[in-house]
Amino acid sequence: MLHLPLFLIFGAICVAGAINLLVQRHPINSALSLIVVMASLAVEYLLLGAEFLAAVQVIVYAGAIMVLFVFVIMLLNAGEEEHTQGSRVALLLGVPGIAIGGVLVAWTVLRHSNTEAVALGALPGPPKDVARLLFHDFLLPFEVTSVLILIAIMGAVVLASKPGAIVRDRRPEPAQEEKRELAAVGKER
Amino acid sequence: MNSLSEVPLAYYLLLSGVLFACGVLGFLIKRNIIAIFMSIELMLNGVNLSFVAFAAHWHALSGQIFVFFVMVVAAAEAAVGLAIIIAVYRTRETLNVDQINLLKL
Amino acid sequence: MSITTYIIISIIKSAALISILLTAVAYSVWLERKVSARIQNRWGPTRVGPFGLLQPLADGVKFIFKEDLTQPYVYKTLYIAAPIIAVVFAISSISVIPFGNSLTIPAFSLGPLGTVGPITTPLQITDLNIGLLLILGITSMGVYGVALAGWSSNSKYSLLGGLRASAQMISYEISLGLSLVGVLILAGSFSLRDIVDSQRHMHWYIFLQPVAFFTYLISAYAETNRTPFDLPEAESELVAGYHTEYSAMKFAMFFMAEYANMVTVACLATLLFFGGWLGPVFGPPIVQMLLPVVWFCLKVFFFMFLYVWVRWTLPRFRYDQLMAFGWKVLLPIAIANLVVTALVVAWRA
Repeated sequence: MLHLPLFLIFGAICVAGAINLLVQRHPINSALSLIVVMASLAVEYLLLGAEFLAAVQVIVYAGAIMVLFVFVIMLLNAGEEEHTQGSRVALLLGVPGIAIGGVLVAWTVLRHSNTEAVALGALPGPPKDVARLLFHDFLLPFEVTSVLILIAIMGAVVLASKPGAIVRDRRPEPAQEEKRELAAVGKER
Repeated sequence: MNSLSEVPLAYYLLLSGVLFACGVLGFLIKRNIIAIFMSIELMLNGVNLSFVAFAAHWHALSGQIFVFFVMVVAAAEAAVGLAIIIAVYRTRETLNVDQINLLKL
Repeated sequence: MSITTYIIISIIKSAALISILLTAVAYSVWLERKVSARIQNRWGPTRVGPFGLLQPLADGVKFIFKEDLTQPYVYKTLYIAAPIIAVVFAISSISVIPFGNSLTIPAFSLGPLGTVGPITTPLQITDLNIGLLLILGITSMGVYGVALAGWSSNSKYSLLGGLRASAQMISYEISLGLSLVGVLILAGSFSLRDIVDSQRHMHWYIFLQPVAFFTYLISAYAETNRTPFDLPEAESELVAGYHTEYSAMKFAMFFMAEYANMVTVACLATLLFFGGWLGPVFGPPIVQMLLPVVWFCLKVFFFMFLYVWVRWTLPRFRYDQLMAFGWKVLLPIAIANLVVTALVVAWRA
């Protein structure tokens, strides 16, 4: 029950968040509105019966990926963005273009759907069924993505670490060692 | 079943389309490289919603599995992409894409 | 049960649980001060009420009447939103935690309004299929409160605290989640009620999953920013970390969020590893109904005590040690435990 009102409420929050992402000049505000979009999308997934997916959406997307974004924004101390020539051209061409494309898509979608409706809980996505599918039918893609993740982690570590930080000479400098010994016996100059 | 308990598939597709369009627009008009990156995430989210809606529509869970893979790819992309952004910031000291247009320093 | 009764009961349960949780939070502060004082051979709060029992009340009044400073250099919207985010997420995770079996209210009369039939309701706001995942999700969202507080304060100590907190919480969330998977494999459900039910006859998972329990406990301490992992608010290096610039009620909200998170973590440890409300049950029906709740509270109290005990026993980690420990020690142990558990379960099946 009450599927449609819930869909409309959270759909409106989604769209409002997405538009706020575009309007805000400061990246941290954009990041927060993206988090709002993701959280309300999780509710939409719940309405579609995909419980496990909703939880994963919150944990992975809103809780991990977006924390990474916020972390980088904080780390680089990103300020407000300034508009340039390029962004003005994109704005002038992009908004009408997207609007026309959107209207076309909406018209197509609405014209071809007269009676199709998705009932709430029509397809329960209990974790067990999802797991069976993931670890039986899609086992190979699953394993391949794990390799992808591993490569991505290594790539991120190599890219983000300072040049020369990974290959480090582990031998302590002799001068420092000597100084430490002198300090230990209390003879430091 | 009353009319309040079901949502037409078209509505979900519309919402997903609107989110995707917002993502494309953000990709075009944003000048901060992190914001551009977030627009890409928004597009991925829009597509995910249509996958889940179709999964519910056709009673096939494999649509949901697809979303898992999209999430994994998004996570990998975020990790590598943000690392690249940090590396770029370290050499250029700016996040404005208009000033990151040279292949050499 | 009609929908009206259901809604009324849910509202009553939510209100009762939130007020109990907030009282528990206030008194865990009292417990912390008292126990830490005894560990250091002091008395702790003694002036307000017997044994200082009214001290939380006095503290609350003090927080309300203090001047609420908002520095001119802060990023105002997020500065105000951050403590609210922290406290809301900390409190809302209580919604799926079960406290006991179920409560039966016998039929009673409301006079002219008619009679209310006997009502049996589980001692839990709602039992979700994905209860444990919901708690993990809410915990992962709680990072934003700390991170945004650090960023929006626009002060170097706060920023360092916020950065440390977000890096630390992401890192330890992985080993936290992986240590829980071992229990999930054995229980075969995400519902906290089912997990407790699968521990009947003293099959507590602490005996079957001791390694998972200790990885869980350590990473949970890091998640809640408690010593020895309280780097985000290390007072000897960062003044007060992410809440340096906060005062009065906003500071109190961070305080409440931290202790509410501690209570949640203690509840989870009890439910997943110590059999939740299971324990010897005897006596007349009313006692039989309430004893599980008593066992649950005792177990949670033990974990709260352990928090304070650990705090005044272990010194703080250095930051690079913290990261190295999380990624190079805790995570491999959690993965190894998971693999061994999965192999054993698959072999026995």
